[in-house]
Amino acid sequence: MYQEIEPSDSNTQEVLTLETAVDNLKQKEDLGKRYYAAWWLGKFRVTEEKAIDALLEALEDSENRSSDGGYPLRRNAAKALGKLGNTKVVPALIRCLDCDDYYVRESAAQALEMLGDKQAIAPLMKFLTLMVKDGELLSLAMETVEDKPHLREPYEAIIEALGTLNASEAIPFIETFLNHSFAKVQYAAARAMYQLTQDSEYGEILVRALEGDGLQLRRSALMDLGAIGYVKGGNAIAETLAENSLKLISLKGLLEYQVNQDSQSDITVSSTSHQLMDLMDTLL
Amino acid sequence: MNQNYLPNHEKLIEAVNLADSADKLLDAVEALAEIRSIEAIPTLIEVLGYNNPGAAVAAVEGLIDIGEPSIPCLLESLDDYNYGARAWAIRVFAGVGDPQALNLLLKAASSDFSLSVRRAATRGLGFIRWSKLPPSKVHETQELILDTLLLVTEDGEWVVRYSSIVALEQLALTVTAEKIDFDQRIETRLKELFNDDPEIAIKARIKLALVKINTIKNTNI
Repeated sequence: MYQEIEPSDSNTQEVLTLETAVDNLKQKEDLGKRYYAAWWLGKFRVTEEKAIDALLEALEDSENRSSDGGYPLRRNAAKALGKLGNTKVVPALIRCLDCDDYYVRESAAQALEMLGDKQAIAPLMKFLTLMVKDGELLSLAMETVEDKPHLREPYEAIIEALGTLNASEAIPFIETFLNHSFAKVQYAAARAMYQLTQDSEYGEILVRALEGDGLQLRRSALMDLGAIGYVKGGNAIAETLAENSLKLISLKGLLEYQVNQDSQSDITVSSTSHQLMDLMDTLL
Repeated sequence: MNQNYLPNHEKLIEAVNLADSADKLLDAVEALAEIRSIEAIPTLIEVLGYNNPGAAVAAVEGLIDIGEPSIPCLLESLDDYNYGARAWAIRVFAGVGDPQALNLLLKAASSDFSLSVRRAATRGLGFIRWSKLPPSKVHETQELILDTLLLVTEDGEWVVRYSSIVALEQLALTVTAEKIDFDQRIETRLKELFNDDPEIAIKARIKLALVKINTIKNTNI
């Protein structure tokens, strides 16, 4: 979820303006242009009402279909709306959580996380409550869709969103996902549990994940630790077997958290901030 | 190190050449890098061109540890390198701080396509070994570096700007010639950037740099 999906068709990589992007998005002839325009509006944070309205329209598009029946334009529109900070789109994004395209649901959950509107908590939580019975996670939550690499629902994005939205009512449900068979879902649960409880037990789950096999999983844990600003993880992050670029992004997340704490106690540069920056300096 | 077992560089080089998997290559390069022998230089340089990031990182670290002796060889290899291998070479130059590679670092810091190369080259500009330059050249070289670093503080990527602050701090802490003017230019730019930059991490690093620069200044007075 950290990689920007950029359209690969170089013919459509043109320079747009607010006007041409909105026009391109609204026309129906060239689907490639619509797809690119939706991405472009998000990328360049175009927050004008016109752009928002055109993206809302694209969110209900049924013309642009992928070979597996998905809705690529809706996915891009949802992603863009997440970046534009206008919460009037929240109800439309909530409706996208019922779309039959998994990736539209995932993009919508991510966008709802970014917009930070609490209205999204109940509809997101519904996905989790359905999968927990007598405090146990149902095996259905761990099944992948036939012929697809993904689970039935985008649990990773849903759980991360609930953590960011500070949905403490979701704690008992998120906790059961710590036992999920997918490592990335476990990490999402640990990340959200830490955000909701500030209990270092959950931060340490992610720190241990930094030593795991598989670069993708270590990268994922790096990003999670950065997102929650788990300051105690600084040294472990610096020592992780992964690219310095990612370690720096992760440490930046910790530093931002710590500087925010410092500013509340009116310290110029706290020793913890100083240590984090010393670590960052060694990775340049 | 265990005195009974002294690694033989030829055996270690052979292990690199014979490695038939990414994991074996990484282990072999790490072992070769560890002996810090000038005999290892040509092989480590060759590894930079293998398109294997793990092994390249180990080779870069090994070449930096060997230091100055690896620089002439690496400069000679540059013409045959593709972009990826050049990027690794820039990291070695940045880590060693040998003025022979200064022009490459100046260019890479301000205009390389890859942000991680700009980041490494920028940091390297703060850590040039002045003692390797003829004294008559030191002042103009420092001016040149300062001009480039001030330009790099405007890079679009936060991590490159962060690197430029670290390099400017280092320059302020080590430069002796015409120090007053130098420090003033650095401090003025850092304060400006503190006000303009939206990134919390950049502001924090500037605060730290100013504290360090002022501590040194006060102890020198």
